[in-house]
Amino acid sequence: MAMVAKTLKRLWSLVVGLEVTGKEFFKPWLTVHYPRQQVDNLDSYRGHIELVPRDDDPAIPRCIMCSRCQDICPSRCITIAFHPVENGDMAPKPLWLNPEIVSPGSRGALPAPERIERVLDRFLLNYSLCSLCGLCVQNCPVAAIRFSKHVYFCGTSREAFHLDLLERMQLGNGISERNPAACP
Amino acid sequence: MIPTMLHLLAHPFIRIVIALVLTMAFVGVMGLVLVYAERKVAGFIQRRPGPFEVGPHGILQSLADAGKLVGKQLVRPFGADPFLFWAAPILSLAPVVVCFLPIPFGPSLTGMQINVGLVLILAFSGLNTLALCLAGWGSANKYSLLGSARAVSQSVAYEIPLLLAVLAIAFQSGSLDLTEITLAQSRSILSWNVWVQPVAFVIFFVSLVAETNRAPFDLPEAESELTAGFHTEYSGMGFGLFFLAEYTYMIVGCAVASSLFLGGWEGPVADGHWWFLAKTFALLLVMMWFRWTYPRVRFDQLLNVCWKWLIPLGLANLVVTALVIKVVG
Repeated sequence: MAMVAKTLKRLWSLVVGLEVTGKEFFKPWLTVHYPRQQVDNLDSYRGHIELVPRDDDPAIPRCIMCSRCQDICPSRCITIAFHPVENGDMAPKPLWLNPEIVSPGSRGALPAPERIERVLDRFLLNYSLCSLCGLCVQNCPVAAIRFSKHVYFCGTSREAFHLDLLERMQLGNGISERNPAACP
Repeated sequence: MIPTMLHLLAHPFIRIVIALVLTMAFVGVMGLVLVYAERKVAGFIQRRPGPFEVGPHGILQSLADAGKLVGKQLVRPFGADPFLFWAAPILSLAPVVVCFLPIPFGPSLTGMQINVGLVLILAFSGLNTLALCLAGWGSANKYSLLGSARAVSQSVAYEIPLLLAVLAIAFQSGSLDLTEITLAQSRSILSWNVWVQPVAFVIFFVSLVAETNRAPFDLPEAESELTAGFHTEYSGMGFGLFFLAEYTYMIVGCAVASSLFLGGWEGPVADGHWWFLAKTFALLLVMMWFRWTYPRVRFDQLLNVCWKWLIPLGLANLVVTALVIKVVG
């Protein structure tokens, strides 16, 4: 008798299962239907890293070329090229970083030096090697690196993921590419 | 001239040929429709759109897939038996066409009305087991062999409760002719056999799901353990034929179920083949619903369900039916 009761209970569980999937059938889709719809909540998204521009000049990065990111990167995907300049050559007036702009992970940005002593030539990122560990973002002393919100980043070759972040920053960090039509 | 042609058309042989040609067309179109329906049902149950890109709402997706399958090269693996390897998919699909002959789609829409229609369907659908067996043996691949071994033991086991359920209906109707069984249920909805023989219906439908190797009883092709089971080595139309055969056996099974238990072409209003097709489609949708609800059973569970529950229940149902018929009739 107990066996029959147990069996009936198990059979009922089959009906319950059908009820669950039957209800799900009539509910709206949960997936984002990509070319027609796009993800809207990107607060927690960590895309490839990008350079943060200075507050007073969007063409110059906050980067002080200390090379910490290059040294700490476990995948060796960052290559920095810069050249030194004489004091005051690039900037006649002292440039201060706004300490309130702090990227997530870097605890309290130090102020930048009073005068620009080095000029960044290239900030190369080999994104095909990057594991998005975030050590560069965490260890940047001036919060000059952050994660981008570039979800629909795609390319047709390995070389398409060799990025010059300086060039990208000067072009507006790829804001225009967030349009999916830009993807091949 | 015209009377001669009509006379010729009325000849049983010509009628069978026409029925077979129509069946082939029906099978082909229904294969495409069912694959599309299956993928849409899967999508909706998993809260996603399913195929969407080819044609409006992806309606031409299965046509594109069929085109791809037809276009692919036929490859036979090294060491496979050339005759058995190619005989298996043909043997899988060919007999199923015959199974459509005795099915009464409408009051007069039957390919061949014979008094052993049910036996014909059961006999020819049994050939599918042989095809799966040949495919597994001929592929020279351990996954295929394991898959076909499972297919044979599963089909042999589930054929028994299936026959027991059919036998109960045959006892009650006193006929093996699907048209007569349908006519016996024609008084009202309440005289449908599903109300008179609910146990037989459940046994029949569960055995049908198992016989057609559908989830949760899809052990012969269990993807996670056997790659693709008996059709691991098949690609292109070799695979296409197995695939088409699987869906066609589903149609045959659901069509037989709707004429045995759900009154066939009889409806509450306006009897006709549309009722038959609607019932068949409803049962097919339930089979798809099952597939995307239940996880695959283990092999011992599969055989336990059959030998410990369905066969004893089927036998008891048969004895009770026989007693009631003896007492009442």
